[in-house]
Amino acid sequence: MLNVGAIREGYVLDHIKAGTSLAIYHYMKLDELDCTIAMIMNARSNKMGKKDILKIECDPSLIDLDILGFLDHNITVNIVRDEEIVEKKKLELPLEIRNVIRCKNPRCISSIEQELDQVFYLTDPEKEIYRCKYCETKYKKN
Amino acid sequence: MRHLMNPLDFSVEELDQLLRLANDIEADPEKYAHACDGKTLATCFYEPSTRTRLSFEAAMLNLGGRVLGFADASNSSAAKGESVADTMRVISCYADICAMRHPKEGAPLVASQTSGIPLINAGDGGHQHPTQTLTDLLTIYSLKGRLDHLTIGLCGDLKFGRTVHSLIHALIRYPGIEFVLISPEELRIPSNLHDEVLVRNNIPFKEVVRLEEALPELDILYMTRVQRERFFNEEDYIRMKDFYILDKAKMELAPEDMLVLHPLPRVNEISVEVDDDPRAVYFKQAQYGVYVRMALILTLLEVEV
Repeated sequence: MLNVGAIREGYVLDHIKAGTSLAIYHYMKLDELDCTIAMIMNARSNKMGKKDILKIECDPSLIDLDILGFLDHNITVNIVRDEEIVEKKKLELPLEIRNVIRCKNPRCISSIEQELDQVFYLTDPEKEIYRCKYCETKYKKN
Repeated sequence: MRHLMNPLDFSVEELDQLLRLANDIEADPEKYAHACDGKTLATCFYEPSTRTRLSFEAAMLNLGGRVLGFADASNSSAAKGESVADTMRVISCYADICAMRHPKEGAPLVASQTSGIPLINAGDGGHQHPTQTLTDLLTIYSLKGRLDHLTIGLCGDLKFGRTVHSLIHALIRYPGIEFVLISPEELRIPSNLHDEVLVRNNIPFKEVVRLEEALPELDILYMTRVQRERFFNEEDYIRMKDFYILDKAKMELAPEDMLVLHPLPRVNEISVEVDDDPRAVYFKQAQYGVYVRMALILTLLEVEV
Protein backbone atom coordinates (compact mmCIF):
# COMPACT_ATOMS: atom_id res chain seq x y z
CA MET A 1 0.00 0.00 0.00
CA LEU A 2 1.36 3.36 -1.02
CA ASN A 3 1.23 6.06 1.64
CA VAL A 4 0.98 9.77 0.88
CA GLY A 5 1.17 12.12 3.86
CA ALA A 6 -1.54 14.50 5.02
CA ILE A 7 -1.62 18.07 3.80
CA ARG A 8 -1.68 21.08 6.11
CA GLU A 9 -4.00 23.34 4.14
CA GLY A 10 -5.84 22.87 0.87
CA TYR A 11 -8.07 20.35 -0.82
CA VAL A 12 -8.39 16.62 -1.00
CA LEU A 13 -10.45 15.66 -4.02
CA ASP A 14 -11.69 12.15 -3.44
CA HIS A 15 -13.74 9.68 -5.48
CA ILE A 16 -12.37 10.86 -8.80
CA LYS A 17 -13.19 8.37 -11.54
CA ALA A 18 -10.10 6.17 -11.94
CA GLY A 19 -7.76 7.39 -14.64
CA THR A 20 -9.22 10.87 -14.99
CA SER A 21 -7.20 12.79 -12.40
CA LEU A 22 -4.58 13.90 -14.92
CA ALA A 23 -7.24 15.46 -17.13
CA ILE A 24 -8.73 17.18 -14.08
CA TYR A 25 -5.25 18.45 -13.15
CA HIS A 26 -4.99 20.11 -16.58
CA TYR A 27 -8.58 21.39 -16.76
CA MET A 28 -8.19 23.01 -13.32
CA LYS A 29 -4.90 24.53 -14.48
CA LEU A 30 -3.19 23.17 -11.36
CA ASP A 31 0.12 23.26 -13.24
CA GLU A 32 -0.12 27.06 -13.08
CA LEU A 33 -0.30 27.09 -9.28
CA ASP A 34 2.76 27.33 -7.07
CA CYS A 35 1.88 24.47 -4.75
CA THR A 36 2.51 20.82 -4.01
CA ILE A 37 0.12 18.33 -5.54
CA ALA A 38 -0.12 14.59 -4.99
CA MET A 39 -1.91 12.56 -7.61
CA ILE A 40 -2.94 9.11 -6.49
CA MET A 41 -4.25 6.90 -9.26
CA ASN A 42 -6.09 3.58 -9.14
CA ALA A 43 -6.47 3.56 -5.35
CA ARG A 44 -8.76 0.87 -3.94
CA SER A 45 -12.26 2.08 -3.16
CA ASN A 46 -15.17 0.24 -1.54
CA LYS A 47 -17.63 2.54 -3.30
CA MET A 48 -16.03 2.65 -6.75
CA GLY A 49 -13.68 -0.34 -6.96
CA LYS A 50 -10.88 1.94 -8.18
CA LYS A 51 -10.57 5.69 -7.85
CA ASP A 52 -8.16 8.59 -8.16
CA ILE A 53 -7.40 11.15 -5.45
CA LEU A 54 -5.83 14.61 -5.77
CA LYS A 55 -4.24 16.29 -2.76
CA ILE A 56 -3.57 19.96 -3.30
CA GLU A 57 -1.54 21.89 -0.73
CA CYS A 58 -2.62 25.51 -1.27
CA ASP A 59 -4.79 28.40 -0.17
CA PRO A 60 -8.34 27.06 -0.81
CA SER A 61 -9.42 30.38 -2.35
CA LEU A 62 -7.10 29.76 -5.31
CA ILE A 63 -9.09 26.85 -6.69
CA ASP A 64 -12.07 27.20 -9.01
CA LEU A 65 -14.55 24.56 -7.90
CA ASP A 66 -17.06 25.53 -10.60
CA ILE A 67 -14.94 23.80 -13.20
CA LEU A 68 -14.80 20.70 -11.02
CA GLY A 69 -18.60 20.68 -10.85
CA PHE A 70 -18.68 20.53 -14.65
CA LEU A 71 -15.96 17.89 -14.96
CA ASP A 72 -17.41 15.44 -12.45
CA HIS A 73 -19.86 16.50 -9.78
CA ASN A 74 -19.58 13.13 -8.01
CA ILE A 75 -16.13 14.07 -6.72
CA THR A 76 -15.96 14.56 -2.95
CA VAL A 77 -14.27 17.84 -2.08
CA ASN A 78 -12.67 17.98 1.36
CA ILE A 79 -11.34 21.30 2.61
CA VAL A 80 -8.38 20.86 4.91
CA ARG A 81 -7.04 23.26 7.53
CA ASP A 82 -4.36 22.35 10.08
CA GLU A 83 -4.32 18.80 8.72
CA GLU A 84 -8.03 18.35 9.57
CA ILE A 85 -10.96 18.08 7.17
CA VAL A 86 -13.04 21.11 8.16
CA GLU A 87 -15.65 21.03 5.40
CA LYS A 88 -17.01 18.75 2.70
CA LYS A 89 -18.26 20.71 -0.26
CA LYS A 90 -21.08 19.64 -2.55
CA LEU A 91 -20.32 20.30 -6.16
CA GLU A 92 -22.89 21.91 -8.41
CA LEU A 93 -23.08 22.28 -12.15
CA PRO A 94 -21.81 25.76 -13.04
CA LEU A 95 -24.22 27.93 -15.03
CA GLU A 96 -21.39 29.18 -17.24
CA ILE A 97 -18.02 27.72 -18.21
CA ARG A 98 -15.42 30.03 -19.64
CA ASN A 99 -12.25 28.95 -21.45
CA VAL A 100 -12.24 25.38 -20.17
CA ILE A 101 -13.67 23.49 -23.13
CA ARG A 102 -13.76 24.36 -26.82
CA CYS A 103 -16.68 24.27 -29.24
CA LYS A 104 -16.22 21.42 -31.69
CA ASN A 105 -18.55 22.81 -34.35
CA PRO A 106 -16.32 23.76 -37.30
CA ARG A 107 -18.97 26.25 -38.44
CA CYS A 108 -18.86 28.14 -35.11
CA ILE A 109 -17.34 31.63 -35.10
CA SER A 110 -15.23 30.58 -32.10
CA SER A 111 -13.21 28.37 -34.49
CA ILE A 112 -11.74 31.44 -36.24
CA GLU A 113 -12.28 34.61 -34.22
CA GLN A 114 -9.11 35.95 -32.63
CA GLU A 115 -8.86 35.72 -28.81
CA LEU A 116 -12.56 34.99 -28.39
CA ASP A 117 -13.53 33.50 -25.01
CA GLN A 118 -14.93 29.97 -25.27
CA VAL A 119 -18.18 30.21 -23.33
CA PHE A 120 -20.74 27.51 -22.61
CA TYR A 121 -24.06 27.83 -20.79
CA LEU A 122 -25.90 25.15 -18.84
CA THR A 123 -29.15 24.79 -20.78
CA ASP A 124 -30.55 21.61 -19.22
CA PRO A 125 -29.46 20.93 -15.62
CA GLU A 126 -31.39 17.62 -15.54
CA LYS A 127 -29.55 16.16 -18.51
CA GLU A 128 -26.37 18.17 -17.77
CA ILE A 129 -26.39 19.74 -21.22
CA TYR A 130 -24.06 22.64 -22.00
CA ARG A 131 -24.37 24.65 -25.20
CA CYS A 132 -21.91 27.00 -26.89
CA LYS A 133 -22.85 30.63 -26.30
CA TYR A 134 -22.30 31.47 -29.98
CA CYS A 135 -23.65 28.59 -32.07
CA GLU A 136 -25.68 26.75 -29.37
CA THR A 137 -24.10 23.43 -30.31
CA LYS A 138 -24.36 20.86 -27.54
CA TYR A 139 -21.03 19.97 -25.89
CA LYS A 140 -20.32 16.27 -25.89
CA LYS A 141 -17.89 15.25 -23.17
CA ASN A 142 -16.34 12.36 -25.04
CA MET B 1 -29.35 49.95 -27.40
CA ARG B 2 -30.82 46.72 -28.63
CA HIS B 3 -29.76 44.06 -31.14
CA LEU B 4 -31.70 41.25 -32.79
CA MET B 5 -29.83 37.96 -32.74
CA ASN B 6 -32.62 35.45 -32.27
CA PRO B 7 -36.34 35.65 -33.11
CA LEU B 8 -37.06 34.99 -29.44
CA ASP B 9 -35.23 38.18 -28.40
CA PHE B 10 -38.64 39.87 -28.64
CA SER B 11 -41.32 38.94 -26.13
CA VAL B 12 -44.77 38.06 -27.47
CA GLU B 13 -45.96 41.58 -26.56
CA GLU B 14 -43.00 43.25 -28.29
CA LEU B 15 -43.54 41.07 -31.32
CA ASP B 16 -47.22 42.05 -31.41
CA GLN B 17 -46.18 45.68 -31.40
CA LEU B 18 -43.68 45.09 -34.20
CA LEU B 19 -46.22 43.24 -36.36
CA ARG B 20 -48.81 45.97 -35.81
CA LEU B 21 -46.26 48.57 -36.84
CA ALA B 22 -45.49 46.54 -39.99
CA ASN B 23 -49.23 46.41 -40.78
CA ASP B 24 -49.44 50.17 -40.36
CA ILE B 25 -46.50 50.63 -42.71
CA GLU B 26 -48.27 48.43 -45.27
CA ALA B 27 -51.48 50.46 -44.93
CA ASP B 28 -49.80 53.85 -45.22
CA PRO B 29 -46.22 53.66 -46.54
CA GLU B 30 -46.13 57.40 -47.28
CA LYS B 31 -46.35 58.16 -43.57
CA TYR B 32 -43.00 56.42 -43.06
CA ALA B 33 -41.25 57.58 -46.23
CA HIS B 34 -38.98 60.00 -44.38
CA ALA B 35 -38.82 58.33 -40.96
CA CYS B 36 -35.13 57.53 -41.36
CA ASP B 37 -33.96 60.62 -43.23
CA GLY B 38 -30.27 61.09 -42.52
CA LYS B 39 -29.82 57.56 -41.12
CA THR B 40 -27.57 54.93 -42.66
CA LEU B 41 -27.90 51.15 -42.73
CA ALA B 42 -24.76 49.07 -43.22
CA THR B 43 -25.33 45.68 -44.85
CA CYS B 44 -22.31 43.51 -44.02
CA PHE B 45 -22.78 40.31 -45.99
CA TYR B 46 -19.86 37.92 -45.57
CA GLU B 47 -21.63 35.46 -47.86
CA PRO B 48 -23.87 36.29 -50.78
CA SER B 49 -27.61 36.42 -50.14
CA THR B 50 -29.08 38.74 -52.71
CA ARG B 51 -32.69 38.52 -51.57
CA THR B 52 -32.09 39.19 -47.88
CA ARG B 53 -29.65 42.00 -48.60
CA LEU B 54 -31.94 43.70 -51.12
CA SER B 55 -34.87 43.32 -48.74
CA PHE B 56 -32.91 45.15 -46.02
CA GLU B 57 -31.78 47.80 -48.46
CA ALA B 58 -35.31 48.27 -49.83
CA ALA B 59 -36.59 48.59 -46.25
CA MET B 60 -34.09 51.34 -45.40
CA LEU B 61 -34.58 53.17 -48.71
CA ASN B 62 -38.38 53.07 -48.21
CA LEU B 63 -37.83 54.79 -44.87
CA GLY B 64 -35.82 57.58 -46.52
CA GLY B 65 -32.48 56.31 -45.20
CA ARG B 66 -29.27 55.43 -47.01
CA VAL B 67 -27.37 52.16 -47.33
CA LEU B 68 -23.75 51.12 -47.61
CA GLY B 69 -22.00 47.80 -47.25
CA PHE B 70 -20.49 44.81 -48.96
CA ALA B 71 -22.09 41.72 -50.50
CA ASP B 72 -19.25 39.22 -50.27
CA ALA B 73 -16.41 38.57 -47.81
CA SER B 74 -13.84 38.78 -50.61
CA ASN B 75 -14.60 42.51 -50.89
CA SER B 76 -14.21 43.11 -47.17
CA SER B 77 -11.45 43.39 -44.60
CA ALA B 78 -12.25 39.82 -43.53
CA ALA B 79 -10.23 38.72 -46.58
CA LYS B 80 -7.24 40.40 -44.90
CA GLY B 81 -7.90 38.50 -41.69
CA GLU B 82 -9.70 41.15 -39.63
CA SER B 83 -11.81 39.79 -36.79
CA VAL B 84 -15.57 40.26 -36.78
CA ALA B 85 -15.28 42.18 -33.50
CA ASP B 86 -12.85 44.70 -35.04
CA THR B 87 -14.88 45.09 -38.24
CA MET B 88 -17.95 45.86 -36.16
CA ARG B 89 -16.16 48.56 -34.15
CA VAL B 90 -15.28 50.25 -37.41
CA ILE B 91 -18.72 49.86 -39.03
CA SER B 92 -20.18 51.50 -35.90
CA CYS B 93 -18.34 54.69 -36.94
CA TYR B 94 -19.93 54.68 -40.41
CA ALA B 95 -23.58 53.75 -39.91
CA ASP B 96 -26.52 54.02 -37.51
CA ILE B 97 -27.66 50.40 -37.77
CA CYS B 98 -26.20 47.24 -39.28
CA ALA B 99 -27.50 43.98 -40.77
CA MET B 100 -24.91 41.21 -40.79
CA ARG B 101 -24.89 37.92 -42.68
CA HIS B 102 -22.04 35.52 -41.91
CA PRO B 103 -21.34 31.87 -42.74
CA LYS B 104 -19.98 31.24 -39.23
CA GLU B 105 -22.59 30.52 -36.57
CA GLY B 106 -22.62 33.08 -33.78
CA ALA B 107 -20.63 35.69 -35.72
CA PRO B 108 -23.30 38.41 -35.33
CA LEU B 109 -23.42 37.73 -31.58
CA VAL B 110 -19.65 38.25 -31.37
CA ALA B 111 -20.02 41.44 -33.43
CA SER B 112 -22.78 42.70 -31.13
CA GLN B 113 -20.36 42.58 -28.19
CA THR B 114 -18.27 45.37 -29.69
CA SER B 115 -20.94 47.15 -31.69
CA GLY B 116 -21.80 50.75 -30.95
CA ILE B 117 -24.97 50.55 -33.08
CA PRO B 118 -27.99 48.21 -33.18
CA LEU B 119 -27.09 45.03 -35.03
CA ILE B 120 -29.46 42.65 -36.81
CA ASN B 121 -28.52 39.06 -37.46
CA ALA B 122 -29.32 38.59 -41.14
CA GLY B 123 -28.45 34.88 -41.01
CA ASP B 124 -25.51 33.05 -39.46
CA GLY B 125 -24.78 29.71 -41.14
CA GLY B 126 -27.31 27.07 -40.22
CA HIS B 127 -28.00 28.74 -36.89
CA GLN B 128 -30.48 31.65 -36.88
CA HIS B 129 -32.22 33.85 -39.42
CA PRO B 130 -34.53 35.95 -37.24
CA THR B 131 -35.83 38.34 -39.91
CA GLN B 132 -37.03 35.35 -41.95
CA THR B 133 -39.00 34.20 -38.91
CA LEU B 134 -40.40 37.70 -38.42
CA THR B 135 -41.38 37.69 -42.10
CA ASP B 136 -43.16 34.34 -41.71
CA LEU B 137 -44.98 35.53 -38.60
CA LEU B 138 -46.07 38.78 -40.25
CA THR B 139 -47.35 36.88 -43.29
CA ILE B 140 -49.45 34.55 -41.13
CA TYR B 141 -50.59 37.37 -38.84
CA SER B 142 -51.62 39.61 -41.74
CA LEU B 143 -53.36 36.99 -43.87
CA LYS B 144 -54.89 34.82 -41.13
CA GLY B 145 -55.46 37.60 -38.61
CA ARG B 146 -53.92 35.62 -35.76
CA LEU B 147 -50.91 33.59 -34.65
CA ASP B 148 -52.82 31.29 -32.30
CA HIS B 149 -55.05 28.26 -32.83
CA LEU B 150 -53.50 27.18 -36.11
CA THR B 151 -52.49 23.82 -37.54
CA ILE B 152 -49.22 24.28 -39.33
CA GLY B 153 -47.71 21.80 -41.72
CA LEU B 154 -43.94 22.05 -42.11
CA CYS B 155 -42.77 20.21 -45.17
CA GLY B 156 -39.41 19.23 -46.66
CA ASP B 157 -36.04 19.47 -44.99
CA LEU B 158 -36.94 19.66 -41.31
CA LYS B 159 -33.50 18.44 -40.22
CA PHE B 160 -31.29 21.20 -41.57
CA GLY B 161 -33.92 23.87 -42.32
CA ARG B 162 -33.21 26.63 -39.82
CA THR B 163 -36.31 28.62 -40.89
CA VAL B 164 -38.45 25.70 -39.77
CA HIS B 165 -36.63 25.40 -36.43
CA SER B 166 -36.98 29.12 -35.71
CA LEU B 167 -40.64 29.12 -36.71
CA ILE B 168 -41.39 26.26 -34.32
CA HIS B 169 -39.65 28.11 -31.46
CA ALA B 170 -41.57 31.29 -32.26
CA LEU B 171 -45.02 29.73 -32.68
CA ILE B 172 -45.09 27.54 -29.58
CA ARG B 173 -45.41 30.74 -27.54
CA TYR B 174 -49.02 31.07 -28.80
CA PRO B 175 -51.95 28.95 -27.58
CA GLY B 176 -53.62 26.29 -29.69
CA ILE B 177 -50.73 25.66 -32.08
CA GLU B 178 -50.45 22.19 -33.63
CA PHE B 179 -47.78 20.98 -36.02
CA VAL B 180 -47.81 18.37 -38.74
CA LEU B 181 -44.20 17.58 -39.59
CA ILE B 182 -43.98 16.30 -43.14
CA SER B 183 -40.60 14.92 -44.17
CA PRO B 184 -38.77 11.83 -45.33
CA GLU B 185 -37.40 9.74 -42.43
CA GLU B 186 -33.88 11.05 -43.02
CA LEU B 187 -34.88 14.71 -42.80
CA ARG B 188 -37.01 14.68 -39.65
CA ILE B 189 -36.59 17.45 -37.09
CA PRO B 190 -33.50 17.05 -34.87
CA SER B 191 -33.99 15.17 -31.61
CA ASN B 192 -33.28 18.21 -29.44
CA LEU B 193 -36.16 20.11 -31.08
CA HIS B 194 -38.37 17.04 -30.86
CA ASP B 195 -37.58 16.28 -27.19
CA GLU B 196 -36.53 19.58 -25.64
CA VAL B 197 -39.09 21.80 -27.38
CA LEU B 198 -42.17 19.94 -28.66
CA VAL B 199 -42.43 17.09 -26.16
CA ARG B 200 -41.30 19.11 -23.16
CA ASN B 201 -43.82 21.89 -23.84
CA ASN B 202 -46.67 19.43 -24.59
CA ILE B 203 -47.17 20.82 -28.08
CA PRO B 204 -49.45 18.59 -30.16
CA PHE B 205 -47.64 17.34 -33.26
CA LYS B 206 -47.42 14.39 -35.58
CA GLU B 207 -44.79 13.26 -38.03
CA VAL B 208 -45.91 12.02 -41.45
CA VAL B 209 -44.14 11.15 -44.68
CA ARG B 210 -46.93 11.76 -47.22
CA LEU B 211 -47.90 15.35 -47.97
CA GLU B 212 -51.31 14.25 -49.32
CA GLU B 213 -52.18 12.78 -45.93
CA ALA B 214 -51.53 16.06 -44.11
CA LEU B 215 -53.02 18.59 -46.52
CA PRO B 216 -56.76 18.41 -45.63
CA GLU B 217 -56.24 19.47 -42.01
CA LEU B 218 -53.81 22.38 -42.47
CA ASP B 219 -54.30 26.12 -41.95
CA ILE B 220 -50.76 26.83 -43.11
CA LEU B 221 -48.41 24.79 -45.29
CA TYR B 222 -44.81 25.91 -44.93
CA MET B 223 -42.75 24.42 -47.75
CA THR B 224 -38.95 24.35 -47.67
CA ARG B 225 -36.24 23.61 -50.16
CA VAL B 226 -33.82 20.75 -49.65
CA GLN B 227 -30.57 22.71 -49.59
CA ARG B 228 -27.60 21.27 -51.39
CA GLU B 229 -25.12 23.16 -49.19
CA ARG B 230 -26.35 21.36 -46.03
CA PHE B 231 -25.44 17.90 -47.37
CA PHE B 232 -21.99 16.39 -47.13
CA ASN B 233 -22.95 13.69 -49.60
CA GLU B 234 -24.16 14.62 -53.10
CA GLU B 235 -25.98 11.27 -53.51
CA ASP B 236 -28.15 11.92 -50.45
CA TYR B 237 -29.00 15.36 -51.79
CA ILE B 238 -30.07 14.01 -55.18
CA ARG B 239 -32.20 11.34 -53.53
CA MET B 240 -33.99 13.88 -51.32
CA LYS B 241 -34.34 16.95 -53.47
CA ASP B 242 -37.52 15.95 -55.35
CA PHE B 243 -39.19 14.11 -52.50
CA TYR B 244 -42.02 16.67 -52.32
CA ILE B 245 -43.53 18.57 -55.21
CA LEU B 246 -46.63 20.61 -54.47
CA ASP B 247 -48.77 20.81 -57.60
CA LYS B 248 -52.34 21.70 -58.60
CA ALA B 249 -53.63 18.18 -57.97
CA LYS B 250 -52.31 18.18 -54.38
CA MET B 251 -53.69 21.67 -53.78
CA GLU B 252 -57.16 20.27 -54.45
CA LEU B 253 -56.82 18.26 -51.25
CA ALA B 254 -56.15 21.39 -49.19
CA PRO B 255 -58.77 23.55 -47.46
CA GLU B 256 -59.88 26.66 -49.35
CA ASP B 257 -58.42 29.01 -46.79
CA MET B 258 -55.06 27.23 -46.35
CA LEU B 259 -52.01 29.39 -47.06
CA VAL B 260 -48.83 28.15 -48.73
CA LEU B 261 -45.67 29.84 -47.48
CA HIS B 262 -42.08 29.31 -48.60
CA PRO B 263 -38.96 31.20 -47.49
CA LEU B 264 -37.72 31.20 -51.13
CA PRO B 265 -35.83 30.59 -53.31
CA ARG B 266 -38.15 27.87 -54.56
CA VAL B 267 -36.48 25.27 -56.77
CA ASN B 268 -38.96 22.61 -57.81
CA GLU B 269 -40.75 21.74 -54.58
CA ILE B 270 -43.65 23.98 -55.65
CA SER B 271 -44.78 23.64 -59.23
CA VAL B 272 -45.11 26.94 -61.11
CA GLU B 273 -48.76 26.06 -61.83
CA VAL B 274 -49.53 26.66 -58.14
CA ASP B 275 -48.35 30.28 -58.31
CA ASP B 276 -51.74 31.56 -59.55
CA ASP B 277 -53.65 29.83 -56.77
CA PRO B 278 -54.86 32.53 -54.35
CA ARG B 279 -53.63 30.35 -51.46
CA ALA B 280 -50.03 30.61 -52.70
CA VAL B 281 -48.69 33.57 -50.75
CA TYR B 282 -44.92 33.06 -50.99
CA PHE B 283 -44.35 36.08 -53.18
CA LYS B 284 -46.53 38.23 -50.93
CA GLN B 285 -44.36 36.88 -48.12
CA ALA B 286 -41.32 38.52 -49.76
CA GLN B 287 -43.20 41.84 -49.67
CA TYR B 288 -44.02 41.31 -46.00
CA GLY B 289 -40.29 40.74 -45.51
CA VAL B 290 -39.67 44.36 -46.49
CA TYR B 291 -42.45 45.68 -44.20
CA VAL B 292 -41.21 43.73 -41.20
CA ARG B 293 -37.63 44.87 -41.77
CA MET B 294 -38.87 48.47 -41.98
CA ALA B 295 -40.68 47.98 -38.67
CA LEU B 296 -37.58 46.39 -37.18
CA ILE B 297 -35.27 49.22 -38.27
CA LEU B 298 -37.68 51.79 -36.79
CA THR B 299 -37.95 49.81 -33.55
CA LEU B 300 -34.21 49.30 -33.07
CA LEU B 301 -33.43 52.91 -33.98
CA GLU B 302 -36.22 53.98 -31.60
CA VAL B 303 -37.74 56.18 -34.30
CA GLU B 304 -41.33 57.15 -33.62
CA VAL B 305 -43.62 58.31 -36.42
